[in-house]
Amino acid sequence: MMKKPKIKNIPYEEFKDNETFEQLVAELNQNGTNVIVRTLDELIDWGRSNSLWPLTFATSCCGIEFMATCAARYDIARFGFEITRNSPRQADVILVSGTITTKMAPVLKRLYDQMADPKYVVAVGGCAISGGPFCKSYHVVKGVDQVIPVDVYVPGCPPRPESFLYGMMQLQRKVKAENFFGTTNRKENDPYSLKMDKENEQILNELEEA
Amino acid sequence: MENIEKNTAVQPEAKAEAPKAPDAVAPKVVKPAVAKPVPAAPTTPAENALDLVELTQDNFRQTIEADYQAGFTFLECLTGMDWGEEGLGVIYNIENPETGARKCYKIKTADRVNPVLPSVCTWYDIANIYEREAYDFYGIKFVGNPDMRRIYLREDWVGYPMRKDDEPEKFNPTRMTNEPLADETSGLMYDEDGVNYHTERSKIFEADDYVVNIGPQHPSTHGVLHFRVKLEGETIRKIDPVLGYIHRGVEKLNEQMTYPQTLALTDRLDYLGAMQNRHALCMCIEKAMGVEVSDRVQVIRTIMDELQRIDSHILFFSCLAQDLGATTAFLYGFRDREKILDIFEETCGGRLILNYNTIGGVMADIHPNFQKRVKEFIPYMRKAIREYYDVFINNVIFRNRAIGVGILSKEDCISYGCTGGTGRASGWHNDVRKRMPYAAYDKVQFNEVVRTEGDSYARTLVRMDEILESLSIIEQLIDNIPEGNYQEKMKPIIKVPAGTYYSAVEGSRGEFGVLLESRGDKSPYRLHYRSTGLPLVAVMDHVCQGHMLADLITIGGTLDYVVPDIDR
Repeated sequence: MMKKPKIKNIPYEEFKDNETFEQLVAELNQNGTNVIVRTLDELIDWGRSNSLWPLTFATSCCGIEFMATCAARYDIARFGFEITRNSPRQADVILVSGTITTKMAPVLKRLYDQMADPKYVVAVGGCAISGGPFCKSYHVVKGVDQVIPVDVYVPGCPPRPESFLYGMMQLQRKVKAENFFGTTNRKENDPYSLKMDKENEQILNELEEA
Repeated sequence: MENIEKNTAVQPEAKAEAPKAPDAVAPKVVKPAVAKPVPAAPTTPAENALDLVELTQDNFRQTIEADYQAGFTFLECLTGMDWGEEGLGVIYNIENPETGARKCYKIKTADRVNPVLPSVCTWYDIANIYEREAYDFYGIKFVGNPDMRRIYLREDWVGYPMRKDDEPEKFNPTRMTNEPLADETSGLMYDEDGVNYHTERSKIFEADDYVVNIGPQHPSTHGVLHFRVKLEGETIRKIDPVLGYIHRGVEKLNEQMTYPQTLALTDRLDYLGAMQNRHALCMCIEKAMGVEVSDRVQVIRTIMDELQRIDSHILFFSCLAQDLGATTAFLYGFRDREKILDIFEETCGGRLILNYNTIGGVMADIHPNFQKRVKEFIPYMRKAIREYYDVFINNVIFRNRAIGVGILSKEDCISYGCTGGTGRASGWHNDVRKRMPYAAYDKVQFNEVVRTEGDSYARTLVRMDEILESLSIIEQLIDNIPEGNYQEKMKPIIKVPAGTYYSAVEGSRGEFGVLLESRGDKSPYRLHYRSTGLPLVAVMDHVCQGHMLADLITIGGTLDYVVPDIDR
C-alpha cells in the first residue's frame, strides 16, 4: 500500500491555491492506494492530461480567441490540445466559448451526452459562466452549469489566450488527480459497481425469499 | 514622452471639470478647448433624423410599387416597432442604388391582438426574412408573405418578446426538449380582389425529400448556424436557414439601458467589426444630439475602423483557408492578425472587444507608440498579402473550388440587400464610405473595390484588395492626426431628443446601420441594428441551388457572415 500517493502536477507555486484541487488530493490520500494500481493510474492520467482533444465548439466572440490560441503565437500544441475535433464523439473536452441561449441549451446538452467518457467541460468567458453582459436577457441561459457540469471556469470577456492556457492547465491538474481504478474525481459512473450492487441486491432478495 | 505628459495632464482636468457640467441645459455640449457657440436647442432637425412618411393600408402597396418602379430597389432596413397605444408598426428604409436617394416610410396598425400589415415580399427578396423577424418579435403578420414562421425563437415560444407589454421570461423557461422544426408553413395571401386575404399552407420540404442538417454545431458555419439542406444526390436543391441559436435579445436589453450602457453590447454583435459597430451607434447618438466631435476623434476613429477591417479580412482569409483544408494559410493569417491586435491592445486595452468609442469621442487618447507601430505594420502587411496570394489564393485547388462557384448577380445582391464585399464583387457600388461619407472618409483618397464576376473567387479578391485600400487610407491619415480633444464633455446623463434617427457605417462585411427611436428619455425607446450578415444568410438558398454540397462551405466562407451579428 502507498500511504501518501503523490500527485504529479505542474510545479508552479501560483497554481497551489486551489481548494477544489486540495480536496481532491485529500480524498485520494484518505485511505491510501495500492502501489501497482496507483502507478497505473499515474500513467493513464499523465497520458490523458497531455492529450486532451477539444471539441471545436464556439458560439460567439470567445471562439475567435480560441482560434487565436490555436494559432501560431499562443500555440496550444505545446500542451497537447491542438487536435481539435469536429465530432463530439472523438473529443475529450468541450470548451463552451460563448453565450448559450435557451435555444442552444438542448443542443449543448446533446453534444455533451454524445461525448465519450471521461469528458470535461470548460466554461470560457463571462457568458458561459453566468450569462455575462446578457444575463438580463430573456433568451440567455444564466451560466452553462445549469445545463452541464463544469470543471473549470475561465473568466474574461473574452478571456485572453493566456487565460485560456491557464484554465486548460488547471484542467490538466484536475485530470492528474483522477483515480482511474477508484472513485476520486471519476467522471463516469462505475458500471462495475452498479452491476455489483444490483447483483448483491438480487442475492439478498433471493435469500430473504428463501 | 511629450504625448504621455499631455495625456496625464488632460485627464485630471477632465475629471475635475466634469461635475460642473449640470449647468448645461438640454442637449448641448460644453467644449473647453474650441470656442464655438453652443447650440442651445436644435431647431433644425438633426442630420440623421428620418423624415418618416406615414402610409395607410390603402395606399401602401401603390406607393411602394411606384417607388420600386422609380428605382428604389434596395430595402435597406425594415424595423418592427411597438408604439404602445398607437399600435404596432414597421419602418421601411428604401434606397435607390443608382442615385443614392433615400426614402423612409412607416405604417402601423392599432390592432394589437391580430396585427396584420401588407408585405413587401413581391418587390424585395430580403423582405421575407425581415418580415419573419418582425413577426417573431412583434407578432405582426404580413399579407403576401407565404412563410410566416418564427425565425429566431423556438416554434413553441410563447408571446412576442419585443412588445412593450410582453413578459418573455414568465412563460418561457429553458426548454430542454429537442426543438420542434416544422416542414410545413403558412402565410396570409391576398384574394384575387387584392383587399381580403386568406390563409395559405405550403410545404418547405416534401415527405420524401432528402434533407441534411448542417449545424448548429458545425465547424464551417462560422458559429451556431443551422441549415436544413435538401439534396438530390450531392446537389443542393433548397436551403432553409434556421437562426437564433445565438439570439441574445440585444435589442430588448437596450431598451432598459442608458445610452452609454448600450454601447457595450455593440462590440459583441459582430465581434470582427467591434470598432465600426460602436462607431455607428456613437455617431447616431452624437448626430441626433447635435454633438460635434473633434477632428482628432474623427481621424482616430477612421484609422481604427480601417485597422478593424484589415483584421476582419485577414480572419476571413484564414477561416476560408481553414474551411477548405489549408491549415498553413490559417496560421499565416493569424500571425499577421496578432500584429493588429497588439496595436489595439496598446491603445484600447482589449484584443477583440475593444470598448473604445464613446459618445462624444474615444475612451482614451492614442498610445504614444501607436503611430510608430502602425507605420511599421503597413509595409509588413503589404508583403504579407503577396504571401497570401502565393500560399492560398493563387493555389490551383482553391481556384478550382472558387472560380465560377456561387455566382451572384448585381440585381440579386440589391434585392437581397447583400452589401459589403459580397455586393461589390457583383458590381454593386454600395460602399457607405462613398455613399454617405462619415468621419474622415471625405478627406482621404481611396478606391471603392468593385469587381463584376460575382463568384466566390471575386469575393475573396475584393477583400484582399480592400486590405490594400485600407492600408492606403491609414497611410494618408497616420501622420496627419490633428490636435484636439479626444473626448467632448458630455452630461452625466445623456438624453437624446425625441425622434427617429438612422446612421450607417461601412462595417467589415457590409452596411451596419443603427435605427434609433428616442422619446427623450435616458434610454432608447427602440434601438434596431441593421445586421450585415442577415442578408448574406438569406441569399444562401438562392446562391447555393444547383451547387454541390461541398461548395456550400466555399460559398458560406466567401459570403463571410458572423452569426452573433445575424441573431443579435
